[in-house]
Amino acid sequence: MTAVAARRGRVFTGVRLGMLLALVIVFLLPIYVLLVTSFKPLTEADPSQAWNLPQTWTLEAWRVAWEKLAPGLWNSVLLAVPGSVLSCVLGSMNGYVLSKWRFPGADVLFTLFLFGMFIPYQGVMIPLVQLLVGLNELTGLQGVFYGGIPGLVLAHVVYGIPICTLIFRNYYVTIPDELIEASRVDGAGMLRTYWSVVLPVSGPAVAVVIIWQFTSLWNDFLFAVFLTGPQSWPTTVMLNNIAGAQATPYSQQMAAAILASIPTMIIYVVLGRFFMRGLMAGALKG
Amino acid sequence: MRRVRTWLPGLLLVAPSIVLIGVFVYGMLGWNFRLAMTDKHDEVSEGKFVGLENFLGIWDLPRWHISVNHAIMFTVVFVLGALVLGWFLAFLMEKGIRGEGSFRAIYLFPMAISFVATGIVWRWLMNSGMGERAVGFNRLFDAIGLPQWQWFRDPDWGMAAMALPAIWQMSGYVMALFLAGFRGVPEELREAARVDGCNEWGVYRHVVLPLLRPVTLSALIILGHISLKVFDLIVAVSGKQIITDVPAVFMWVAVFDSHDPAKGATIASYIVLSVAIFVIPYLIWSVRKERRS
Repeated sequence: MTAVAARRGRVFTGVRLGMLLALVIVFLLPIYVLLVTSFKPLTEADPSQAWNLPQTWTLEAWRVAWEKLAPGLWNSVLLAVPGSVLSCVLGSMNGYVLSKWRFPGADVLFTLFLFGMFIPYQGVMIPLVQLLVGLNELTGLQGVFYGGIPGLVLAHVVYGIPICTLIFRNYYVTIPDELIEASRVDGAGMLRTYWSVVLPVSGPAVAVVIIWQFTSLWNDFLFAVFLTGPQSWPTTVMLNNIAGAQATPYSQQMAAAILASIPTMIIYVVLGRFFMRGLMAGALKG
Repeated sequence: MRRVRTWLPGLLLVAPSIVLIGVFVYGMLGWNFRLAMTDKHDEVSEGKFVGLENFLGIWDLPRWHISVNHAIMFTVVFVLGALVLGWFLAFLMEKGIRGEGSFRAIYLFPMAISFVATGIVWRWLMNSGMGERAVGFNRLFDAIGLPQWQWFRDPDWGMAAMALPAIWQMSGYVMALFLAGFRGVPEELREAARVDGCNEWGVYRHVVLPLLRPVTLSALIILGHISLKVFDLIVAVSGKQIITDVPAVFMWVAVFDSHDPAKGATIASYIVLSVAIFVIPYLIWSVRKERRS
């Protein structure tokens, strides 16, 4: 390589780095706004100081936002933890069968499952509401299925089946067939093979599914708005209500938005690697 | 018989999911279409079968035209914007750069945040207040001498502004897809093209770009189906205002404010159809492709 080409390469690298850094600033702009505004006292709410750092830093907005949002955060925990665990169980069983214990028509079935991943949930929402209302009446449990957390968990687990099945299936495909075959020759049945051969190596896929489902359950707004009531509103709905009220100052809105995002941000930071893999699975790539 | 005994347990294990998907996905889609073909325009009436009357009648509503046009503009700006920005980010990084891990983490993190939280910040950023009352971008633009704008309240281009937070949130994902695509191009192929006398642009144009086609298609499908059903973001930024109405918000209003199940189901059906029309061929194509390999 000539000296000119080498220098041109270095210049190009410099330009790339510069552009990437400029875009980092653009990407972080909303975060700056969230943080800075959330620490401002009401006296600094004037538009002329919109982009300034707070002159006096205060946690007042955070305190109020926490008080308003806490019931929603708790509801979201009750929603997202059991929801993601159940999704994981179903996804793992389906993925195992569809990759290692296939039956005639398994491919067609898998395609039919996958479509469930892409349907706009608006298309099932009205019947879903009617069904959950019906279940309330049938069981005599008011506010459990429709208007309660259990109904919301049910919806998320069912509509999470496609993506969770996909993630586990694509992961289990990489387990050598010989391992399954050897277990079969040893006389182990399907469940036994699952328990002693497949499940012990499922760790990474479990992590991906839990993260993926936890994040989507935590961030969901559509199902929550259609299926829950004031007692069971999760974080997103409460956050929208807090921010939608004209009287709520920006500082509280921003603090509430950060509070609502902390759990998924922690997951993203700590388990980012698995988060990435879940995203890739969403692109139908193994 | 022996064969049956080998696959039957598997089928039984999947059976609960088959039933659930059958009822909750296909059963309810069918139920929704059925409801859209009745005249159940209030909560109590039985609903007589009226065929496609609702599907045709909705085109007489000005609000429907508005919401469809909005969805189209949003989709075009969002999909193209996220695709181009995501591709550009991947392009800048594909040959490796110092701190790549940190860059990737920063571009990708908006995905971990809910559209509702995103909407709250962007509503502030895109506040339409001007002059003394300006906050957000307008205040910033004013300070550096750029013209102020109505943003999502602009009667003509408002939905293009509405796509900005969605681009912010999703372009990191597109970047990750493209980065995986770039890295999947074998170095030998690039080298071979160089030996054949291609310059770097030629290598890119004739070797890399064709191999990125499947990734581009995946990204298009994912962005497109997010876009056509967009709901959270619109509600968080501007609520139920007509100025930013889209079919998903219109449907919400039809169900909860107008209490018109048949109308809600009709809008929902159109949303499903608009997504199904390109997702079904894509799914069939990708499952077939996988089976071949």
